Amino acid sequence: MNGFAARLRENRWAWSFAGALVVWLITVLSAEGRGAGATLTAALGFAAFYVMAGMGQMLVVAAGPGNIDLSIPAVMTLAGYLSIGVMKGDPSMLWLGVVIVLATGGLVGLLNVGLIKIARVPPMVATLSVGFILQSITIAYSKTTTAKPPAALMQFALGRVAGIPWIAIVLILAAATLGLVMSRSVFGRDLLAVGQSERAAYLAGIPIRRITTIVYVASSLLAAITGLLLAAYSGGAALDMSSDFLLMSIAVVVIGGTSITGGRVSAAGIWGASLFLYLMSTMLNVLGLGAGVRYVLTGVIIIAVLALSEDHASA
Amino acid sequence: MQRLSARVATAMRGVRFPILPLSALIIMVIGMGIMQPRATSYIGLQLILRFVLPIIFATLAQLCIITASDIDFGIGPFISLVNCIAATLLGSHPVLCSLLLGAGVAAYGAMGAFIQIRRLPSIVVTLGASFIWLGLALLIMPTPAGSAPNWLGATVHWRPPFLPLPILVGIITAILAQWFFHMSSYGVVLRGLGSAPPSLRDAGWSLVLARSALYALAGLCGVISGLLLTALISSGDANVGTPYTLLSVAAVIVGGTSFTGGVISPIGAVIGAFIMLLTGVLLSFTPISSDWQLSVQGILLLLVLSLRTLSRRPVR
Repeated sequence: MNGFAARLRENRWAWSFAGALVVWLITVLSAEGRGAGATLTAALGFAAFYVMAGMGQMLVVAAGPGNIDLSIPAVMTLAGYLSIGVMKGDPSMLWLGVVIVLATGGLVGLLNVGLIKIARVPPMVATLSVGFILQSITIAYSKTTTAKPPAALMQFALGRVAGIPWIAIVLILAAATLGLVMSRSVFGRDLLAVGQSERAAYLAGIPIRRITTIVYVASSLLAAITGLLLAAYSGGAALDMSSDFLLMSIAVVVIGGTSITGGRVSAAGIWGASLFLYLMSTMLNVLGLGAGVRYVLTGVIIIAVLALSEDHASA
Repeated sequence: MQRLSARVATAMRGVRFPILPLSALIIMVIGMGIMQPRATSYIGLQLILRFVLPIIFATLAQLCIITASDIDFGIGPFISLVNCIAATLLGSHPVLCSLLLGAGVAAYGAMGAFIQIRRLPSIVVTLGASFIWLGLALLIMPTPAGSAPNWLGATVHWRPPFLPLPILVGIITAILAQWFFHMSSYGVVLRGLGSAPPSLRDAGWSLVLARSALYALAGLCGVISGLLLTALISSGDANVGTPYTLLSVAAVIVGGTSFTGGVISPIGAVIGAFIMLLTGVLLSFTPISSDWQLSVQGILLLLVLSLRTLSRRPVR
């Protein structure tokens, strides 16, 4: 019995997949079996965006208490607008769009790290303020541009093979790679060590500043790429395209079994949690419940999962 | 009488008056007077500053949470929720409305107790709660509608003698908040929750009760902020409170409160609320588009925090 409980504790991420399955079954049953496959395809396609942004958030959160990236939604929207704006629907400009996206993500990541490590601004305020600055840049820029994404990019964002969206296949591979990096590579081990105890990691000679720089830059880069692909997916950038992603990027990490206080991660759980949250909103739509109920439920579930999974109370 | 002055002296010891924020505020007001002389008349100040009223109380709410070394990312949506409840029910069903707003305060208190008992990070709990507030506000009011009862609207348009209402409210709330946190005995205990929780527990105080009290107080300030906002805009909107999250955090920090350790400045926080409002006002007097207001406020916050660490820490 003890062994079973311990196993459940160790495999927290499995719960998110179980939740996703239950929600999917309810949706399919209430629609009397219609659209079971289509729902799943749509879920895989859209959950991939949550996964992409969530992987960056997971890396940041893994770096220990207080580390969080609140600039993710603003980076997404800015990168989406800038890249779609320079490409102007021209496939031959795709490279420039990608360069702009990577530059945006890289620069914002470095700005975040600089504020956190050099100016010693607490991460949440640093990334929140940077997010607001980016947001007003985006608002100002959005007035000068309305362009469609290049067709090739839209095909990648929307295309599927054997019913599975391309983007989902790429992100499943990416999450698997990230899982391996976290459990097998020196970088992954170092990051978890920093997250568990920065002092101990420092004494063990782990390059803390380099690790922190990598995770914040990686988070911004992933957010920027998510922004580009999301803009391509929805046929253009919009000011509110990432409004869900502040909470969602954190929610998929927490529900997926990563410890919000750092030192323990689960890349697989991000997929489970993303599918769960997307399917839950589909289910509420099918049941005829609006955005209000969806927001309330999402909030309740996040707090409940957090309360059940973080067991500092006993420590 | 002598005892009171002794207590004031004790309380003032260790309290650094927020000179820097106050100087910044005075410079901003002078700048405003130069750019637009009519703005500094009684009527001008009353009109320009009235939107500081909800910011002051949102800031005091955030101050309560930061006193506990926590942060509240849900205060903006909570203010929206109060706004939607008040715009729907306050005129027609005042009793039901009061009960609902009381439940909101109780929910904040419960959130504080919950965070303490389970030792949860406040940032994620309040972010989760922000979605609950937003969802409830949308359920009450899917699209902007409603109105404020006349008596509520009249309160914010009242013109007291000598001082414009926003300034009068600012002075009164600053003194009350300073008194509560630095002179009342339980206020001092509550600050202890942010600086030395183990000592507080060893001294026999309930940490659960203390955090719960700070959160409930924050909820109460959030309710007042939402009611004042309703009085000013006279309608309900589920997204109207969103900017108050950043405004409140920024105002508290600009006012000289530090993020951890229960070192707070209530007077500074109220001054910070005026500074945050005036950044928008000053920007509107320049040719710069108001799109950049968020940038200006974000940069101001980062600048204040960076300068503070650079001035305090010896270079390694």
